[in-house]
This record gives sequence, structure tokens and C-alpha cells, in this order.
Amino acid sequence: MATADPLLRVDNLEVNFGAVRALKGVSLDVREGEVIALVGANGAGKSTTLRSISGLARAKSGTVTFAGTVINKRTAPQIVRLGIAHSPEGRRLFGGLSVAENLRLGACTRSDPDGVARDTEKMFVLFPILRERWKQLAGTLSGGEQQQLALARALMAAPRLLLLDEPSLGVAPLLVRHIFDALAELKRQGMTMLLVEQNIALALELADRAYVLRTGKVALSGIASELRVDDRVAQAYLGAAE
Amino acid sequence: MSQLEYIIQQIINAVSLGSLYALVAVGLSIVFGVLKLTNFAHGDVMMVGAFTTVLLIGIGMPFAPAMLCGILASAVAGFLIERIAYRPIRNAPDVTRLLTSLAVTYILENLGILLFTSSPRNFPLPDILNTSWQLSGGAITFTNINVLTVALTFVSLIGLGWFITRTTIGLGMRAAAEDMQAAQLVGLNVNKVIIIAFIVASAYAGLAGVLWAAQAGVVQPQMGFTPLLKAFVAAIIGGFGSISGALLGGYMLGALEIFIVAFMPDVVVPYRDAIVFALLIAFLLFRPGGLMQPNREIKL
Repeated sequence: MATADPLLRVDNLEVNFGAVRALKGVSLDVREGEVIALVGANGAGKSTTLRSISGLARAKSGTVTFAGTVINKRTAPQIVRLGIAHSPEGRRLFGGLSVAENLRLGACTRSDPDGVARDTEKMFVLFPILRERWKQLAGTLSGGEQQQLALARALMAAPRLLLLDEPSLGVAPLLVRHIFDALAELKRQGMTMLLVEQNIALALELADRAYVLRTGKVALSGIASELRVDDRVAQAYLGAAE
Repeated sequence: MSQLEYIIQQIINAVSLGSLYALVAVGLSIVFGVLKLTNFAHGDVMMVGAFTTVLLIGIGMPFAPAMLCGILASAVAGFLIERIAYRPIRNAPDVTRLLTSLAVTYILENLGILLFTSSPRNFPLPDILNTSWQLSGGAITFTNINVLTVALTFVSLIGLGWFITRTTIGLGMRAAAEDMQAAQLVGLNVNKVIIIAFIVASAYAGLAGVLWAAQAGVVQPQMGFTPLLKAFVAAIIGGFGSISGALLGGYMLGALEIFIVAFMPDVVVPYRDAIVFALLIAFLLFRPGGLMQPNREIKL
């Protein structure tokens, strides 16, 4: 495993928002089948990292390599076609469209109707509530239901890598458990994931490895189970304001 | 003439006028939805369709194929406008985009004046469409062009409903109208969605232009201005950017205008347009999202 090329390699990524340097040289890698957690305080650059991988944010310098292809000059739709799906911060569902229509658009890059139908059935197993809400407008769902739909919409692209931004945000505690159970099931099935999550305990429980971001830089990285008992993780959070 | 017959006559007039407003407003709303741009050139795309139809009838083509060619000409015009004028400034500030849209309007109108002069031309409507129906001993009358207008509006809007709920590109249009970035994130080709939205909206403008000119009996280069203004009001009433809202707004505006003339005291009648635009201002002030989107803020 150590010798194989990683599925995703982010190398010295720098991103500016106007005069603000959001990322100051972030490097990380994700190997096939791994779940990687990206944790850190608000404003540490977690979402920006995901956004520059999926093509929503443009890097000033550095590279993003996915399955051997440099992708940081590609557009978001091209990156989806290469196999990266992004379930974004705030879910960004199409609220005026039904659950069914949202999922159909999630699969809009695919041309295998049979595979799409099979994956839709898989979503019903993973998130049974979606079958019940099938015809309902996405905007009328509860926070937890919307989050499940957002995950399912990303999965409908049949990605090789799933980027998840705050799957627990705005979700009732009981449903958070349910969503992380679904993510654990996806991991068991071999899905590669890069997870941004405020809830460190949950994130480190699910992940194999983790990177701790602090003000646009990787402050710490390592095996998730070891980081769970590492005091420096908490310090990275507290020191975020600098 | 009984009261009931009078009311039925006014309802027929309202549906006929409302259909025209709805057709124009739907096209405006489609473009506004995906681009957040008030496309002032929409009225001139109507003019392109109407002129093409008149010219083709003039060289002997029957009405139906001439109208189809007119719709096609409008669709091509819309395609060219998007590619040449709007695409290069898609991410420019709102003011730039608004001014560009006005510029396209003036270019098209002046081109029309250069080619056809600004004097109105007769719209050669075939006799069969001028045939009028007299019901209840002449108390209720309407012509075949009224019937055709309402029928084509219904058929084309059912087609549009199918397109935006059943096809991926149609769903993509609605998705892009809600959240352009999220649409890119699921992998939609936004350029394709926008150009198809323009072509569809312009085809509707073409159909509306032919029917409008056929009812008015004349075509002229500036003919798009009034329908554009009215459709703008209709779209605001319904909720700008919402297709169902444009439809509702179009029929409500048609009904309002007809009923002001039919049922209000004579002294009020000359103020019809003033009342309509006062309504527009009231909506912009108190309910800018229109009837269908009460919570949405809009930018013009």
C-alpha cells in the first residue's frame, strides 16, 4: 500500500480569496479505499481545500493530481466526469426540485441507465427515507433528510472519490448517528472518502488517517486512532486564532 | 345582450390576451432563471420571428410553414445573441450585462428599420384565420386566430412542462436557475444548459411574435417593445425566473387589462396602463419575489 501511487495527491496548494491567503501550501494524499478526515477550527481552510479539489476554487499555485491526472486547471463538471463527487458545505440541493430529480441530476454525467437504476436502489438501502420522500421537493425536507439526499446525490455520480463537507452540520443528533453509520457502510464497501467534519470525535472514529489544518496549513497528520488521544489536536483548535 | 354573455365575451378576450402575455413572459423568465439577466432583446427576437413569417408568406409560402420558419429564425437569433453578445460578459457586473442587453435591442431594432423601414407592414393573415365565430346570436364573437393563439399556447406550454420535468437538460435548466455552482458540481455542462435555455426561450418569443403580429394585423421593427414591457410586468407579478409564475402572471395581467376596460367606469379606462404599471411598482415594493416566490429577493 505504501508504494502504490495515491488516488489523490494535493501538493503545496495555495489559494487566495482577494487579499486573504486561505491556503498556504497544503499537501495531503488519499489512497484508494482510505477514509481521510480533514479537521480544524473554523477558517482553517478545510472547505477551501475541498473546493479546490472539485474545481470550485482556483489554486494560485500547487497541484492536485487525481489518478495520475493533474486536475487543478479543469472545470468542476470535467472533474466530476473524472470521478470526484463533492457533497458541498450547506448541502446545496436544488430545493425546488424533487428528491427524484435531484438524484437524477446527480447521475447526469453517466450514460449507463442500468447502473443508475441499480445505484438508485442502493441509495434506498443506505437512506430508506429517500424512497418515502421520492416525489417531495428537496426544499421541504428536514435538515437530516436533506443531508442524506446531498450524500446520495453525490454518490449517484458513481465517484471513485467522495468529498464530504460537514455531513453532520444542521442535522439532529439521532440522524447524525444514522448518517455516520451509512458512511461506515460505504467505507466497508470500499468507497474512498475525504471528510471535512467539525465533530472531531466522529470524524476520527470513521477515518483511517487525518490531517489537522490550522490557518491554511497542515499542522498535524497521522493515524486517526492515534490522533484521537493526541493533545496536540485540541491545541491546534485552540491555537487557531493565533 | 345579457350580462352573462358580456362576461363570457370578456373572459374569452382575457384568455386570448393572457396567452400572448404568458408566452412572452415564459421566455423572459427562462432566460432570467439561468442567467439572472433581464433580456430586453426578447421583444426584438419576437420581431425577427414575425418579420420572417410575413416575408415568407409574401413570397407565397402558406401560413403554417411560414410560422414554423419564423419560430426557427427566432431560435437562431437567440442562439447568436447568446454566443456573440452575452457569453463574453457572463461574469461581468450586472450593469454591464443590462446595458449589453439594451444595446442588442437597439442594434436589432435599427437593423429592422434599415431593412424594412419603420412604417408598419400588413400581416397577410389567411382568410380562414380571420373567420369569426358568432355565438348567442352575435353576442359572443371570436376569430380563428384567437382560437389558434390559445391552442398553440396550451400545446407549447404542455411541451415546455414535459421538457423541464422529464429531460435531463430541462431539469438542468431548473437546477442552474436555482444554484449555478451546485449545477456545475453535479457535472452539468452549464454552457450547454444556457444556450439551450436561450434557444427554447427565443423559439417561444418567435411563436409569440407571430401570434401577436397576426392579432394586431401589422408588423414593424419596434413591435417588440410593448409586449416586452407587458411580459416584464407579468413575470414580476408571477415571480421573475419562475416559469409557472410567468404563466400565472401572464394570464392575470391579461384578465386585469380586459376587465379594467370592460367593467370599470369610462373615466378609469384611459388609465389602464397606468394602473398596470402601478401594480408593477407595488409588487416590486411589497412582494418583489412575486406570487410564486414570496420569500425571494430579486435583482434586475
